[in-house]
Amino acid sequence: MALLNKNTHQLLSKIATNDKHGENSPYFDGWKAYNSNPFHPTKNPQGVIQMGLAENQLCFDLIEEWIRNNPKASICTKEGVNCFKYIANFQDYHGLPEFRKAVANFMSKVRGGRVRFDPDRILMSGGATGANELIMFCLADPGDAFLVPSPYYPAFVRDLCWRTRAQLIPVECHSSNNFKITTEALDEAYNKAKEDNINVKGLIITNPSNPLGTTMDRETLKSIVGFINEKNIHLVCDEIYAATVFRAPSFVSVSEVMHEIEHCNSDLIHIIYSLSKDLGLPGFRVGIVYSYNDGVVNNGRKMSSFGLVSSQTQHFLAALLSDENFVERFLAESSRRLAARHSHFTKGLEKVNITCLPSNAGLFCWMNLRSLLKEKTFEGEMMQWRLIINEVKLNVSPGSSFDCSEPGWYRVCFANMDDETVDVALKRIRAFVGKETGKPVELKRCKSNLRLSFSSRRFDENVMSPHMMSPHSPMPHSPLVRAT
Amino acid sequence: MKLLSTKATCNSHGQDSSYFLGWQEYEKNPYDEVMNPEGIIQMGLAENQLSFDLIESWLDKNPDVPGFKSNGKSIFRELALFQDYHGLPSFKKELVDFMAEIRGNKVTFDPNHIVLTAGSTPANETLMFCLAEKGEAFLLPTPYYPGFDRDLKWRTGVEIVPIQCTSSNNFQITEPALQQAYQDAKKRNLRVKGVLVTNPSNPLGTTMSRSELNLLIDFIKDKNMHLISDEIYSGTVYSSPGFVSVMEILKERNDLKDCDVPVGDRVHVVYSLSKDLGLPGFRVGAIYSENEVVVGAATKMSSFGLVSSQTQYLLSAMLGDKKFTKNYISENQKRLKRRQRMLVSGLQKAGISCLKTNNAGLFCWVDMSHLLHSNTFEAEMDLWKKILYEVRLNISPGASCHCTEPGWFRMCFANMSEDTLNLAMKRLKAFVAAESNDNACSKRTSRRKSLSNWVFRLSSRDHREQEER
Repeated sequence: MALLNKNTHQLLSKIATNDKHGENSPYFDGWKAYNSNPFHPTKNPQGVIQMGLAENQLCFDLIEEWIRNNPKASICTKEGVNCFKYIANFQDYHGLPEFRKAVANFMSKVRGGRVRFDPDRILMSGGATGANELIMFCLADPGDAFLVPSPYYPAFVRDLCWRTRAQLIPVECHSSNNFKITTEALDEAYNKAKEDNINVKGLIITNPSNPLGTTMDRETLKSIVGFINEKNIHLVCDEIYAATVFRAPSFVSVSEVMHEIEHCNSDLIHIIYSLSKDLGLPGFRVGIVYSYNDGVVNNGRKMSSFGLVSSQTQHFLAALLSDENFVERFLAESSRRLAARHSHFTKGLEKVNITCLPSNAGLFCWMNLRSLLKEKTFEGEMMQWRLIINEVKLNVSPGSSFDCSEPGWYRVCFANMDDETVDVALKRIRAFVGKETGKPVELKRCKSNLRLSFSSRRFDENVMSPHMMSPHSPMPHSPLVRAT
Repeated sequence: MKLLSTKATCNSHGQDSSYFLGWQEYEKNPYDEVMNPEGIIQMGLAENQLSFDLIESWLDKNPDVPGFKSNGKSIFRELALFQDYHGLPSFKKELVDFMAEIRGNKVTFDPNHIVLTAGSTPANETLMFCLAEKGEAFLLPTPYYPGFDRDLKWRTGVEIVPIQCTSSNNFQITEPALQQAYQDAKKRNLRVKGVLVTNPSNPLGTTMSRSELNLLIDFIKDKNMHLISDEIYSGTVYSSPGFVSVMEILKERNDLKDCDVPVGDRVHVVYSLSKDLGLPGFRVGAIYSENEVVVGAATKMSSFGLVSSQTQYLLSAMLGDKKFTKNYISENQKRLKRRQRMLVSGLQKAGISCLKTNNAGLFCWVDMSHLLHSNTFEAEMDLWKKILYEVRLNISPGASCHCTEPGWFRMCFANMSEDTLNLAMKRLKAFVAAESNDNACSKRTSRRKSLSNWVFRLSSRDHREQEER
């Protein structure tokens, strides 16, 4: 890698040479640890388990089955190739009409049919990443600010600020009220920005929340819409996890609530959507900007040229999402599987008194390890996190990477692995807790308890040894371990 | 407080220009052989529709690909999840091999230096974001692709300063023109960060000569700046002289390392499969650079517009079939050549000539200056509108491409059937004949009358256009 010398700096733009892409942050150490030693149930059972990736891998079989039964949806099959020429040639930034219609219907279904979406207000973009950047280019000039409640998705800094040169002003939320946003906190952040002569253009919220996994209640959402109306600033609602809600309370979208606010200026309301989380298709790069503001729709549409959805993908998804039977079955089954996975995981944690923020959505839990912090500081959290990466061998995301105001919280993803891997992860967490609290792990007898008893015995004997879990440990491996 | 950003409310997207107006009129009244035989024929769209049958036949022989199968095993899951901005390794490898093949394997490309983007539109914008910022400029030879005003300037704040090229030497870049552009930029207080050329050229449809390329390399070496070579039409060269990529020149010269930043680190190529393979809908573009810092930054930026994994997979299989690519490249070029000949001869019959160095691209650069009532851009606009509304052909006026001389038009020939092209030529011939009859009848008064009819038909939008230029 070429060193950045002074000459290179002058030759390139500031954007190309600054750090605002966010990838030099220490949190990428977890990813590096995973990449250099990825878990595999048979080939590398001691590897790092990826729990830092919010992917939805639970329902591919449903989509695969649909693909097998619907060869026409592909422009490459015998059944579908008559569309090849038209689709391969189609680069209109309006997008395929049938695609927009199907997405609008899908978005409506996800909201229980309580709102309708106008296909002509749907803009495409390169994933939610592209969508977030696009809306920012439409709403903010360099130096303008958006308020964002913390904890928030770390890549917002890159998506909303890197090339747009806008800035984010975090609005702190606290565990004392389950991290709910309050208008007091919003007011305070807004007023402080004004005092500092910062031009606040809007507020961005993620609902359901990443990393919290919670949906926003109706009253809070209404108060937020009231707030932005009063201040005449934009509201961007990132609703990309809308269909990952797996139990009550059900999802309430801003699109439902805006009509309940008197004199709500719809020009201020914008929704970001994507199929990466709800359908589990991040590779297909489907981002959507839905705006109630005509100016945003018209200019944003021109900007979407910088990240259109592949027409091959539009064509495929138009067919998939127009299949109402499939969509209904999928949404119900996906919810059911997420609920089951969430329950299995959180109950597994509860066995060792680890609690998570009560949640009803998302592909992750907001796990509370505060009681295990050696120091109740962010340094303490970093030390604890490095222990989890290097010794427990789980890549989880520390709360500080989400700009959380309190140390000791972690986002732990659970939908990007199979059941067996979840169990391995739980075992490791339980062992870690046992070690940290000095208590041996006691569990109900199950078929793999021989392995577990062995590991717990090892911990008793060698509580402070740093490389206990490593496959390169100098300790003799039990034949039982080798056998698994 | 202003509700939207400056970018969202200005018109630097350039889409109020005539280039896009013509498209809109076409959309309202599109030609169809059966349904609308009097409609407007689209000759403003540089699409390659001549060789889909070759791809369809390949698909027929390769049934595994559409089923998301590899060696009989389903890979749907892996593809659905694949969002790594480094791109699918197999696709990058096949893409660079394809790029090398188009260049007669005279140069090779390293797949680790390729950045995939959703079309060449974001590739060009991303390079601007990496290499320049507000207060800085890139020099571009005129005439140039109208979309550059949006792609290079709109959200980046970078300026374009034209290198004025003229018909006197078939619009080739000259040293005086380069130096003049550089001075023009200085006068505007703009720091020049580089030169961007399209080779083969859009709208000229010509390949750059070796001497032009060497001139450019000398220039950027001397001024310590970048060179971006947009080579998206590299596979559409159908007659001599063949295509010479800037990468070949870099390989040949041995005087390029003795500067602060080696010239090789300041040359960047943009590619796409929209023109060469006729797949604009699939959004496949690429940036190639030997500069690792640029590759690193551009790769991160590509997050804003990655190529769909299912598309990467399809194309890696297709481009990996070397028999297919060899046959496609040569057959496609043959068909383009034949089609271009049709257009040129049709135009000749109407007494219209094209740039004689035209040897590439999906269009001809056509000289209609003899049909202008005066040697002005107003006259060019009048002629363009007549051709749009009366002859019902949507062609692109040179002014929209920032040409310095009025009367030149870009006419595309690869996006329609032969019959449609013949009809277009017939209409044009009839129009020219009628125009010359008008002339024969002395007729300043009658022409002014028909002109004022046109003036009546102008919408307020047209007025704005005139002012903006």
